[in-house]
Amino acid sequence: MDDPVGTAVGVIVNPVAGIGGPAGLKGSDGPAIQAAARARGSSAGAGRRARVALARIEGAHHGARILTAGGTMGEDAVNAAGLIPHVVYRPAAAGTTAQDTIDAARALARAGAGLILFAGGDGTARDICDADLEGVAVLGVPAGVKMYSECFAVSPVAAGAVAARWMTRGTLPVAAREVLDVDEEQVRHGRVDPTLHGTVPVPVDPVRTQARKSPTAASEIGAARIAAEGAVDRMRPGVLYLLGPGSTLAAVADLLGVEGTPLGVDVVRDGELRASDVSERDLLGSIEPGNTTAVVTIIGGQGFLLGRGNQQISARVLRRIGDDPLLVVAPEQKLIDLGGRPLLVDTGDDDLDRRLAGHIEVTTGPRSVSLYPVEAPEPF
Amino acid sequence: MSLPIAPKPTLRRFHEARWDEPIIFELDTPGERGVLPSRPEPDLGTGAEALPDELRRTTSPALPEIGQMRVLKHFLRLSQETLGADLNVDVGQGTCTMKYSPKVNDALIRTGRLTDLHPLQDEASVQGILEIIWRTERMLAEIAGMERVSLQTSGGSAAIWTNISMIRAYHEAAGEGDRRDEVITTIFSHPSNAATAKAAGYRVITLYPDADGYPDIEAFKKALSPRTAALMITNPEDTGICNRRIAEFVDLAHSVGALAAYDQANANGILGITRAKDAGFDACHFNLHKTFSTPHGGGGPGSGANGVSEKLAPFLPGPVVERDGDRFYLDGERPLSIGKVAPFYGVVPNIVRAYAWMRSLGAEGLREAAELAVLNNNYLMKRILEIPGASAPYATGRRRIEQVRYSWRALYEETGITSEEIGVRAGDFGVHYWTSHHPFVVPQPFTLEPTESYSKAELDEYADVMAHVAAEARETPDVVRTAPHNQTIHHIHHDDLDDPERWAPSWRAYRRKYFADGDG
Repeated sequence: MDDPVGTAVGVIVNPVAGIGGPAGLKGSDGPAIQAAARARGSSAGAGRRARVALARIEGAHHGARILTAGGTMGEDAVNAAGLIPHVVYRPAAAGTTAQDTIDAARALARAGAGLILFAGGDGTARDICDADLEGVAVLGVPAGVKMYSECFAVSPVAAGAVAARWMTRGTLPVAAREVLDVDEEQVRHGRVDPTLHGTVPVPVDPVRTQARKSPTAASEIGAARIAAEGAVDRMRPGVLYLLGPGSTLAAVADLLGVEGTPLGVDVVRDGELRASDVSERDLLGSIEPGNTTAVVTIIGGQGFLLGRGNQQISARVLRRIGDDPLLVVAPEQKLIDLGGRPLLVDTGDDDLDRRLAGHIEVTTGPRSVSLYPVEAPEPF
Repeated sequence: MSLPIAPKPTLRRFHEARWDEPIIFELDTPGERGVLPSRPEPDLGTGAEALPDELRRTTSPALPEIGQMRVLKHFLRLSQETLGADLNVDVGQGTCTMKYSPKVNDALIRTGRLTDLHPLQDEASVQGILEIIWRTERMLAEIAGMERVSLQTSGGSAAIWTNISMIRAYHEAAGEGDRRDEVITTIFSHPSNAATAKAAGYRVITLYPDADGYPDIEAFKKALSPRTAALMITNPEDTGICNRRIAEFVDLAHSVGALAAYDQANANGILGITRAKDAGFDACHFNLHKTFSTPHGGGGPGSGANGVSEKLAPFLPGPVVERDGDRFYLDGERPLSIGKVAPFYGVVPNIVRAYAWMRSLGAEGLREAAELAVLNNNYLMKRILEIPGASAPYATGRRRIEQVRYSWRALYEETGITSEEIGVRAGDFGVHYWTSHHPFVVPQPFTLEPTESYSKAELDEYADVMAHVAAEARETPDVVRTAPHNQTIHHIHHDDLDDPERWAPSWRAYRRKYFADGDG
């Protein structure tokens, strides 16, 4: 008998995740790089890190059964942690591929996994996002080289603790978190240009969501909506607004009653959609200098406002808009989660980046803004 | 020969009472009575006829009917199921300033000479209490260095609201009410500063700490403009860090014509050491139920004190108590006053308690209380920071004033045990702590404030419990995760408290949401 949907925990290990890191290869995507890493004496740590997370689960749920994939894709780690693997997927060959991650994730969901714990990096997160698992929560055991996405726990033990709590309660509150990916070839050539790949539901740290002295439910979805209400309040008639990607901007589109493009840029005026999923070239053609504002939010966990996942809003676009081109909107918690690090702008135009640096107003709700520092990032 | 009484172990073998007591509404036994009050004289009426129609109810309230002895048992049992301020080493309720409230002051407020007073009595017959209010105001004005003080508000947030209301009235009187529509605060100021400013119609700008943990003065300069109505700021902030440039912040606010309000709800580390006036503030407030020893929150009614400079004195809520020779009287004829912010004179029992507390200590005693509170805090901080996995983010390595917001971040990353789980486990040893105000800026937070009331032995006991539970998080995490084990109840599922569809803050809401009762 399969477990009922939404209560079981499934585990996927990407056995090659992280292998390229110690070898200085900036990533582990693709068989050629993995072979190069092995040739440099590297071994992947994902299985070991998954074991640490699973040991934490074992502490709370002795001898529990865990849905997983065969061999190095999870079964071995589950066994090593003293838990009982229930294998629902076996890779065809020893050398696993991205397709194996996708297929394993789908098999886990079919078998009743409500939460998939995966050990890997941004590439693994991207594959799980691509599996398109309706309603299944995801949490990363940090084990990759690149971890720009927001779906990772702070440590393997912390990931295990959240999964253990999930098993105790059958569920936990979730919130949409961004999955970012970087083209490793670019990184190897000294550039970081991550794209916003999509969002996955991630269990929310219960300590975060339960501030007992807070009279309102501090739900994350609610916070995005409150921030969006603040942005909509600031919109003026006749002005052209470019809505960037991100869940907060999706909430803005929702409040305006327009169909937003989750990963793209849309153009609105007076609450009406003027153009969808536009390119930089489209934008350069439609901007009215002095009467246009780009509405952007914080993309990913690194604090980027520009240059990550919203490259359509380019330096040329921003220069054409003119002075004061941005309306920044984000829930307060997104600023808090930066832990004191500044917001970042990286348009590729140093002069523009310098002009945008300083302090910027971030709209966090109706009649609420925070003044937060912005910097251009250090050269990669 | 063995001792007749075994020596006590380092950690207390505590167990809270567990009465499994029903909710009082479930004790309803129709026909039972606690007291049978005599009927009023026939020609006196009931008093209800003096109420407007819309306030008079047409059906009797659905109150439970219970015998007197059962009521007494009910509440005694509940009292045994709490870790009250008089029972535990209550240093874990950081920001709340849990200090000893001397019992003699409670004896004072129970005398008939106070309890028989009525707020509508003629002034001539209540000269004593008016004098106490007047003298308490004068003492607090001296402590803050302010021109005048009002004791009318019934709580801390009400006092913050009163400050922003006075500031709004001040700008309106100067014809700048419409233009000045922004208030600046900091992320570590009490959230009621932002909340009351917003409720008063202002746009709120929040500042974050700079790299040293102080409010970012460069951001503040950028935020200031002719639109700024006020700076509303707590100092020391909840981190326990005192802003050394506070006077500069106030000067900058004044330079654009804005006023500055000082949240001194908790002034326990600075009594007799520094004053709101010295930093140039226009308004400040104290919570009598924090710094001035009156019982706190659920332990008794709150009470706020608003201090103002000469500039804001005409706007104080009213009426205010004035002195004319030997006579004290209420002055309600103040055209610029923001009016009443609470019924009658304020929370009189708390005013009497605070008055008695200040008189018993004197000026030197108040300063000594602050010095001891700071000393206790820095001793406890040393003990806590010796525990592996604990840290005090921001201004690392520097001393704090009267409290510290600590973090279990490192312990969490190592063990997956949350701050909340550690706090719950501490309950098995008869102590507790509170994590943090919303928003959670410090990861895995806990906030400790030892005040002047606790001995070194008690602070050591508290730190020993923390060290023990942190060690358990590493060695026997299941013991911590499944705690409490020696408490009145076991785990609480918070989902019901976080979901507006399910939360039930009253019996009526509980009946409505779970039993579909019309109005319960």
